[in-house]
Amino acid sequence: MDLIKKMYKTKYIAYLAVFALAIAFPYISPNRYYLTVVTLGFIYAIAVYGLNLIVGYLGQLSLAQAGFFGLGAYTSGLLSLKLGLSFWLSLPIAAVATTTVALLVGLISFRTRGHYFVILTLCIGVIIHLVIEKWDSLTGGVRGLIGVPIPSSIGPIEFKSLESQYYLVLAFLILTIFVMSRIVSSLVGRTFKSIRNSEELAATLGINVMKSKLLAFGIAAFFTGIAGALFSSYIRFLGPEIAATHLTFEFLLFLLIGGQATIAGPLVGTLLASGITESLQFMQEYRMVVFGALLIVIVKFFPGGLVGATKSLKAKLEKRVNQRKKSGTNLPSKGESHAAKNRGFN
Amino acid sequence: MDLLIQQVVNGFTLGSIYCLVALGLTLIYGIMEVPNFAHGHLYMVGGYVTFFMMTLYGINYWVSGLIAGIVLAVLGILLERIVFNPMRNSPSTNKFIAAVGAMMFIEAVARVLWGSDFRSIPAIYDNVVMIGGVRLTEQRLIIIAGAVILMVALYLFLKHTLIGSTIEAMAQNRDGASLVGIDVNRVAMLTFAVASLLASAAASLSGPIFLVYPSMGALIIMKVFVIIVIGGMGSIPGAVLGSFILGMTESLGATYISSNYKDVIAFAILVLILSIKPSGLFAKGGH
Amino acid sequence: MLLKTEALTKNFGGLTALNKVNFEIEEGEIVAIIGPNGAGKSTFFNLISGFYPSCSGRISFMGKDMTGTPTHEFACSGIGRTFQTTNLFTDSTVLDNLIIGYRSKTKMGMLDAIFNTKRARRDEGASREKAGEILEFIGLTEVKNQPVGNISQEAAKRLAIGLALVTEPRLLLLDEPAAGINHGETSELVKLIEKIQHSGITVCLIEHKMQMVMNLAHRIMVLNYGTKIAEGTPREINKNDRVIEAYLGGTKHA
Ligand SMILES: Nc1ncnc2c1ncn2[C@@H]1O[C@H](COP(=O)(O)OP(=O)(O)OP(=O)(O)O)[C@@H](O)[C@H]1O
Ligand SMILES: [Mg+2]
Repeated sequence: MDLIKKMYKTKYIAYLAVFALAIAFPYISPNRYYLTVVTLGFIYAIAVYGLNLIVGYLGQLSLAQAGFFGLGAYTSGLLSLKLGLSFWLSLPIAAVATTTVALLVGLISFRTRGHYFVILTLCIGVIIHLVIEKWDSLTGGVRGLIGVPIPSSIGPIEFKSLESQYYLVLAFLILTIFVMSRIVSSLVGRTFKSIRNSEELAATLGINVMKSKLLAFGIAAFFTGIAGALFSSYIRFLGPEIAATHLTFEFLLFLLIGGQATIAGPLVGTLLASGITESLQFMQEYRMVVFGALLIVIVKFFPGGLVGATKSLKAKLEKRVNQRKKSGTNLPSKGESHAAKNRGFN
Repeated sequence: MDLLIQQVVNGFTLGSIYCLVALGLTLIYGIMEVPNFAHGHLYMVGGYVTFFMMTLYGINYWVSGLIAGIVLAVLGILLERIVFNPMRNSPSTNKFIAAVGAMMFIEAVARVLWGSDFRSIPAIYDNVVMIGGVRLTEQRLIIIAGAVILMVALYLFLKHTLIGSTIEAMAQNRDGASLVGIDVNRVAMLTFAVASLLASAAASLSGPIFLVYPSMGALIIMKVFVIIVIGGMGSIPGAVLGSFILGMTESLGATYISSNYKDVIAFAILVLILSIKPSGLFAKGGH
Repeated sequence: MLLKTEALTKNFGGLTALNKVNFEIEEGEIVAIIGPNGAGKSTFFNLISGFYPSCSGRISFMGKDMTGTPTHEFACSGIGRTFQTTNLFTDSTVLDNLIIGYRSKTKMGMLDAIFNTKRARRDEGASREKAGEILEFIGLTEVKNQPVGNISQEAAKRLAIGLALVTEPRLLLLDEPAAGINHGETSELVKLIEKIQHSGITVCLIEHKMQMVMNLAHRIMVLNYGTKIAEGTPREINKNDRVIEAYLGGTKHA
């Protein structure tokens, strides 16, 4: 039907526009401060994509994510600070190390269910945070570590300027979004969603639930580790608070604002929320008052977040348009089934 | 030897405080089947209310504690009405997230109102007494005695009043199959009120020793979760036992293992327990 | 012999829901399990489909010892099942349910998904094809794009059977397939079950509708208080004194 084709076309154009905007941003940004804010937002968004896979698609509320972020940041930061390793080596090592730890954590925590899982992952996050904070000789304790080197240049490409770092982070973000969208639209992603819906039924159908959960957990940790590594070379300072649970809660908030179990959600939510945060910098304290309340409101009234709300609005509109057409011309409606698809495994 | 006895007493003190908070949490869990992440923050607010009653209005320590208890009971009811009751039929993940939201909210409000400084509830019972060759401050004895009295009071309330026994029955038997004709709303509100009161009492008792600050709730809530996982979620005797086990372990661990990593001990215990028994230490059921 | 249980036992706390049950299912037959409410019929299914671990006793399927293996292995070895309360993926469409049902037969992994490899595309295609086949077989092609919440209860029951079939089982376990559907629909269901048997799948069903059981089953096992009290052809069961007593003296009449 025309309408649907048109909608897909609009979607395609919208993607291109967003992409062009992302490329042009350093040149149109009114000041350099915005550029740093957006770059940091992109880094967080990569971690939020990881969380999205576990909370949104797999339906398991893991609260260890900031721990993994800190682990990635410290692994990469320490390797380049203490051993002088290049960023291009320390980043993949950090990602792999984080994934390995996460798989061990997953092996223990996925044997538990429901609230036990939530509490256990929360505690594991706290342990990682506390170990980073207390292991003074290695991590510098609460004082942290300064002077993590920037990524070394590859051939003629240097990463000294803000712009070049922005593009570096953007490249990783695009990679993350690409990988995530491929995964969630495949049979692998459908498997995650089926576990979210009913673990028992999935197992009865022959799906190895534990293996799938570990896979999702591992992929999420991999990207969270990358985000941490990018963070350490961008901010160039490491403090234990980047592994603290309140960062997990912020990631969760970003995800819920944008929309869990959607591909655009993590980016939209992170940019929006961290944008608001930055513009409310002068009232740092009030921000958490608003966010805490917002979290409750969102989860009660808009569990699909902004992207989810837009989608259901669109589906409603489509349905109405179709009904009007149907009553006019009596054509069989395809929009109905399209709307159904939108509501289904999305 | 003296050091050991000293640490055992400290373990009891710590255990008493954990116990008052854990009892409330386990009751709420039993009734609502939701881990109330904000419970530690009610404890924190209780500490602040006591502190301000004493320092701003010069009210007596015990009366301040009582006022704090009442204020917190009301706050607990509000929390149940505004956050948990509307979420009753939501998926459990959403309930957890709402609880996390409540926790962020309360802590942020505390920071805005009272700043991030550490405060100390004025100590009026800081005389040192010698019992069997061990030096103790009176306040530690008051904490232990206070906790015991409140536990006995709670026990009497749960066993010998109609509404109390309803709460207990609902907490122990979540299917509630045999509990037709109960006003669930009333029970839920009352449970939150009692639980918050206990948390507030814990803060009033501990405030003179352990200080009052906005993030005190975040640390205790996680320890208390460890406790109710050890004791079996929803179980009252389990919560008491778990509290003293943890208090003692931390106190002795800090002395004899590492004071630097003493906070890690609690979480390490939890990870260990759930690695060995994924369904909790005292899980029911016959699989 | 397809399935064999030896002294299979399950306790829930103090309650013995299933007590030392020995049973065998032959390839190609339709067998029925009957018994009063709470007799342990569903528990028997839950054990032989690996949904619950057994407390003692042995289960073997196609000569392989299955005791203690995880749930998903049972499905992978060829045991498909439905639940007494219809169990579907409620947040997706009829078609998507079946596609997921076929997942254990596909091999693609994370890397296939990321690089959209040939195997990924082949598996995706095979899943759709298989799902289409099953839709045809259970007669739900018309509603394939509907969310499962929108279809009728009877259609949902058929979909649940389809979901078990899409895993390509050798043995299909149906827990009260005819509960809650009307007379006309029941005879449609009987036809479907016969069609399943003709396609070479062994069927074992739990059912309270006696007439249906007597028509369909080649063999019947009767459970009461977790114990097997009789086994035989429908005619033998009809005349068995212990069965009659169990039904008359039992808690509820079927
Ligand atoms: N998960 C469980 N936990 C505890 N008890 C259970 C559980 N499942 C079943 N039971 C008990 O085991 C006994 C057998 O139950 P089962 O469901 O197997 O009966 P059934 O024969 O299928 O009955 P119906 O015809 O009503 O479906 C019952 O007393 C039931 O209460
Ligand atoms: Mg049954």
